[in-house]
Amino acid sequence: MTEEYQTVTIRVNGEDVTKSIPVRTHLVDFLRNELGYTGSHLGCEHGICGACSVRVDGVVVRGCLTLAVQCEGADVLTIEGLSDSGEIADLQDKFVERNAMQCGFCTPGMLMTAAELLSHKQAMSRDEIREFMSGNFCRCTGYHAIVDAIESINNSRLKG
Amino acid sequence: MKAPKFKYVRATSVADALKMLDEHGENARILAGGQSLMPTLNMRLSQPEILIDINRLDALKGISLDGDTVRIGALTRHVEVQRSAVVRDHLPLIAEAMPHVAHVAVRNRGTFGGSVALADPAAEMPACVLALGGTIVVESVAGRREIAADDYFKGLYETARQDNELLVEVRIPSQKKDRVSVFLELARRHGDFAIAGICAYGKVSGTTIEDMRLVYFGSEDKPTVGRNAIAALKGKAWNDTTKAAVGDALASDLDPMANLSGSPAMKLHLQKVLTGRAMDAAVARAGGAR
Repeated sequence: MTEEYQTVTIRVNGEDVTKSIPVRTHLVDFLRNELGYTGSHLGCEHGICGACSVRVDGVVVRGCLTLAVQCEGADVLTIEGLSDSGEIADLQDKFVERNAMQCGFCTPGMLMTAAELLSHKQAMSRDEIREFMSGNFCRCTGYHAIVDAIESINNSRLKG
Repeated sequence: MKAPKFKYVRATSVADALKMLDEHGENARILAGGQSLMPTLNMRLSQPEILIDINRLDALKGISLDGDTVRIGALTRHVEVQRSAVVRDHLPLIAEAMPHVAHVAVRNRGTFGGSVALADPAAEMPACVLALGGTIVVESVAGRREIAADDYFKGLYETARQDNELLVEVRIPSQKKDRVSVFLELARRHGDFAIAGICAYGKVSGTTIEDMRLVYFGSEDKPTVGRNAIAALKGKAWNDTTKAAVGDALASDLDPMANLSGSPAMKLHLQKVLTGRAMDAAVARAGGAR
């Protein structure tokens, strides 16, 4: 079978980009290889680990389970865009303060998922935070510090 | 790994999707949420010639109440089902099950219809639909067809849907107010594939199980009605004697698959444990005390 190409236009981190790509290219390969946004990581590449988490049209998704061609016209935000926006600057500072990243491989995905948690503006127990974050693996097993950081920021934001 | 080569086409209408599905048949796969299809492509466990993307077909989205029936469009995302007031009020079994369906990012994309169409043996939604006596609506260029859930799940990833048919809607009767439902599952990590799971729906008076439908998933090749266990429960007071009898009966209902998550004997044991917990919960929810 010959490789099928299609041209897509996707808004990535606020900028429209148009590329001709093989239709089988998933979103993270597109972001990393075509655009150089290497903050989105590929761990398992079959939807288990969560390292590839990116925001598509306002919600966090598995970048490895989304074809780039499916994102025609979509608004995609990677960890680079999320960082630049300042939306989770407090959480990122808290990750550093609480030592919530070790090797750092899972961190972009953790932050993307945690950003969605914070966006709900709901009080959450540690168990609820763990459940919300359960789709993101940290192979350094630094979960405690990650939950610490998220819990701390969620609580402080709710207090205003 | 990377997905094999395939053709990709975005359906512009349901009729368009049906036409392409009719043309390509078993060589085509419907791309809905992609949360199960994409992993099989990335791992090269499947190699379809063409993916028909139905994600823009708004006609297949949404949840509505039609008399005593809840209609869930095939393309309704899990997260929408989870947040639906109609589901919360009329299908509490599904509301209880939904947090167990994978993880946040997967629920944001994965679809109700996709789960029922695929019929993964460990999936929650097929078991819920079977437990609540739902109807699966499929459509082809030849027209619509309604299939009772009891006749729909045939085997491992095998359903009554034909290759040229698109699952368009699932209809589920509203749960009756005088009945209780319980959903339980066991998995290695919250949100991972169930090793064993149960859906229970029925009538309890005091501590007497008047009538209880039990559907098991995770351990079997398809969601499975526990017919002998149901018979052993019917009209009985829920106590240790009944519990033992139901456990014995369950052994003749189930034929668990051996795989990496456990042996058949272990899974049968887990299903018995879940049955006990589910009936404890059913009695408690009905206001009885054991």
